[in-house]
Amino acid sequence: MRHRRNKLLLFALTIPVWLFIYLPVAWLIISSISTRAELLSTPIHWIPQNPTLKNYIDILTPGTATSEVAKTFTITVRNSLLVASSVTVISLLVGSLAAYALSRIRVRFRSGVLIGIMGTRMIPEVSLVIPLYIIAVKVGLYNTPSVLILTYLSFALPFAIWLLVSFFDTIPIELEDAARIDGASHLRTLFAVILPISLPGLVSTALFIFLTAWDEFFFALLFTSTVAAKTVPVAIAEFAGRYVVDVGGMMAGGVIAAIPPVLLSLLFSRYIVSGLTAGAVKG
Amino acid sequence: MKVPFRWISILVILSFVLAACAPAATPAPVKTEAPAPAETQAPAPVKTEAPAPAKTEAPAPVETQPPAEKVTIRVLSMEQAGPTTEEMNSIVDEFNKEHPNVTVLIDYVSYDALHDKITTAMASTPPAYDVFLVDDIWYAEFADKGYLLDATSRITQEMRKGIFEAAWEIPTVGEKVYGMPWLLDQKYFFYNTKILADAGFSAPPKTWEELIEQSKVIKEKGLVEFPIVWSWGQYEAAICDWVTLLYGNGGTIVDEAGKPAFNNEIGVKTLEWMVQSIDDGITNPASISYVEEDVRNVFSQGKAAFASNWNYMFDLVNFQPDQSQVTGQVNMALMPAFAGGGVESATIDGSMGFSVAATSAHPDQAWAYVEYLTSQAVQEKYSEHMLPIWEVSFEGASGEKLANMSDVTKVTVPMFKEQFPFSHVRPKVPFYPEASKALQLALQEALTKLKTPQQALDDAAAKWLQLMK
Amino acid sequence: MSLSRRENLIGLLFILPAMIVILGVTLQPVVSTFYLSFFDASLSKLTENVFIGFENYLNLLGDKVFWVTIQRTIYFTLVSVGLELLLGLGIAQLIHSRPFGWRFLRISLIIPWAVPTIVNGTMWRWIYNADYGALNGLLYQLGLIDHYVAWLTQPRTAMNLVILADVWHSVPFIALILQAALATLPVELEEAAAVDGANAWQRFALIRLPMLRSAVLVALVIRTVEAFRVFDIIYVITNGGPAFGTTTISFLTYLETFSFGHVGRGAALSFLISLFTLVMAIIYIRFLYRPEERAL
Repeated sequence: MRHRRNKLLLFALTIPVWLFIYLPVAWLIISSISTRAELLSTPIHWIPQNPTLKNYIDILTPGTATSEVAKTFTITVRNSLLVASSVTVISLLVGSLAAYALSRIRVRFRSGVLIGIMGTRMIPEVSLVIPLYIIAVKVGLYNTPSVLILTYLSFALPFAIWLLVSFFDTIPIELEDAARIDGASHLRTLFAVILPISLPGLVSTALFIFLTAWDEFFFALLFTSTVAAKTVPVAIAEFAGRYVVDVGGMMAGGVIAAIPPVLLSLLFSRYIVSGLTAGAVKG
Repeated sequence: MKVPFRWISILVILSFVLAACAPAATPAPVKTEAPAPAETQAPAPVKTEAPAPAKTEAPAPVETQPPAEKVTIRVLSMEQAGPTTEEMNSIVDEFNKEHPNVTVLIDYVSYDALHDKITTAMASTPPAYDVFLVDDIWYAEFADKGYLLDATSRITQEMRKGIFEAAWEIPTVGEKVYGMPWLLDQKYFFYNTKILADAGFSAPPKTWEELIEQSKVIKEKGLVEFPIVWSWGQYEAAICDWVTLLYGNGGTIVDEAGKPAFNNEIGVKTLEWMVQSIDDGITNPASISYVEEDVRNVFSQGKAAFASNWNYMFDLVNFQPDQSQVTGQVNMALMPAFAGGGVESATIDGSMGFSVAATSAHPDQAWAYVEYLTSQAVQEKYSEHMLPIWEVSFEGASGEKLANMSDVTKVTVPMFKEQFPFSHVRPKVPFYPEASKALQLALQEALTKLKTPQQALDDAAAKWLQLMK
Repeated sequence: MSLSRRENLIGLLFILPAMIVILGVTLQPVVSTFYLSFFDASLSKLTENVFIGFENYLNLLGDKVFWVTIQRTIYFTLVSVGLELLLGLGIAQLIHSRPFGWRFLRISLIIPWAVPTIVNGTMWRWIYNADYGALNGLLYQLGLIDHYVAWLTQPRTAMNLVILADVWHSVPFIALILQAALATLPVELEEAAAVDGANAWQRFALIRLPMLRSAVLVALVIRTVEAFRVFDIIYVITNGGPAFGTTTISFLTYLETFSFGHVGRGAALSFLISLFTLVMAIIYIRFLYRPEERAL
């Protein structure tokens, strides 16, 4: 009996948490399928009486009357996918090489390098942006997805190295000793032994980087002004024009922008937890 | 372990597929979309290749460059710059057709990003853009920094005479003209005829005092809770509404010597009036966080009897039933002024201009485009969403044609002519963005009662004086 | 000897690509920004940058606005990280007790965290809207307010609401870290304590919490550094208003650099931010980090 009451009490405690998580999201989604008239109605229409997919249709199959932002939104989604996945792949490749060396090969200044890498997290984005901008223009990368890929590496790569080192550190050294005795090179050990074992670590690292790159707004805002390079966060901000703000479009854009990261994280949810733990082990 | 591996392979493969697709995506729907800026800058189409990560990124397709004299002009504009982007694009197409040796490429950013985009574009030589859309309040700053091509000698007599004289104030700093005016806009006074009639008034207020009287009646009758809504949020929008009130009270921002005058008796009284209107429940208190679009939202739902906003609002609130609950009930009137202010009306000039970058490699071709864009013929052809800058377009037969274009222009065209003489530009000072922020702070401090209006304005004036040094 | 030298060489070779990228996109910009902070610099190529020594720094340190902004940023950081830690701990503990639906709840936590910051800001700005927002609608219909409140019009309220939006986004992150840490804790100690008559609260405060220290440390360091540099969410929700009430140090840097064109001053500001975050990280590690407790 008492046990039962406890269970009930516990569940009751979760209710505010459920509401806290889902109410704002629900309102985002409801707003995205409401007409402007319903959005502006008082008392508020919690359930739209005339739900409409117009905002989504405008974005996915733009007609002539749709705004410029809605029309080009899918292109920005593609840019974001390109940028985020390129950053992820490059960080994993370059990062796992470095992390392997730091974790396995006796490198001098190991702790110095690691602290230096952690130190890059303290640098605010604003202090990088102007020199990066000037370089980007000089080498003709301004306004291209490449400039974003490069600049995102400034935070993605150190992060990848940090996480991967802590994953590699947990792998028993005996495993690769066997491989080393067989005469395998470091490179082969890394690819044949270490990486397959630390797949969960790779996945969670990839996930974190993808999410951060997808989320990034500041660099994208300043470095891109053509449709060919703009990313989703910039596009969402642009639903607010000088005069008209397309609230419905903005909400629909928000939902679409949230789908890839949310879906990926849900699919790989257990790797998120392991990634967080691994990051935590290192302190 | 197998399942995640499959997933990661999919991810990796996907990313490469996407990378491969990317250049194809580039020139997608917008015809005038540009590849990379590198190609535009020099006749030699050598593409500087990116370092390491370049392998995921195929270089943008290099355009086949015909004869060497063909030049590319890059234009930075914004969404909602009067004409729609389709119209802007077709102007570009027409220009490109008429000028086989010039290719104009146009990009659109949001207004909020435009200033910073121009500043950053000028950080390199040649600049990332040859032509840009410049807001009225940026001209002094950009001219001072040497961003803008001095176009004084390029302005013909015909232009001088044909275009509204007041419009020339926009691109003019000191004695020099730095571009062509564009998107003549000002704040108008909007009122809801139904609410006014229900309250027993047959005419809109001519003075702000009268507006308070009418508002009190409207409030008493319970027609709306807050009769007027403003855009007093911490944006330039707050300055626009404040300038309207200040000049309507006979005040000015700066005196003849260029020193701040907004903290004199008139300035303080004006700000006190703003604070009082919130205290009395006449101004919607949320105005302190609002921009123009919030004003439209409130007004379009019949939750306000009066509003001050740009030209764009009229069509949307009076003729678009999917945007508004008050269609057919809205009218525009001359912006009221204060009874003792000694002026009939006053409003804010919110126009913009098109200018050429001083460091552009092809100033002549760039200017040719600006001239084309602002020419009488093009302006009249594309006047559906923006009134022409040419005064002659408002006269005689072409004026009639302009006014009779639609139900919207029947009201807005005469209204524009009536209101424009009372339109005030903000001071042309190179430090305007910073001065404006100081003023926004002062207004907000007074409106949120952190400081008295006198104290807040004195502090802003002190800041202004400091910036003048 | 020669083997270890070879090893070292190979090691360096492995690190080289990463180093090149990091040096190129981080170190070089940082150094040139640092250099710029000693100049009266603008973005324009047309005006010469003038060397002014420490004037940018001295001006900032003597400027009331700077200190008020720092205070505001510290307020934002303390309150949001504090709330996140408190709520995060509560939620982690709750999930750890395995109430009905706990698995689903844990997965759901990922959603707010995965929603892009810009979307988050946009969503909350719309929720807070004084005339049409869901917050007013909800509170009004629940009878908690008798007329709509203009939420974002008082500096302190606006700041707290921005914090709420940030908390919504970041609590899950902390809750997930702590929950993962809780799951690895040995239960024997607590069982023994229970036998000795310690109540649930005592067990939590005296046994469980100290064991969570390193997980808490990580969460704190990461979140503090992030919160101290908050920009996106403020840009979207309040644009620094009302009356600069939500202008944090990063937002001020953005204004100085891009809106006002004081590149040198902006560079100095961004260096002071780095310094502040570094100091905070050191303080945390000094007080919370015990090297002997490396594993969770």
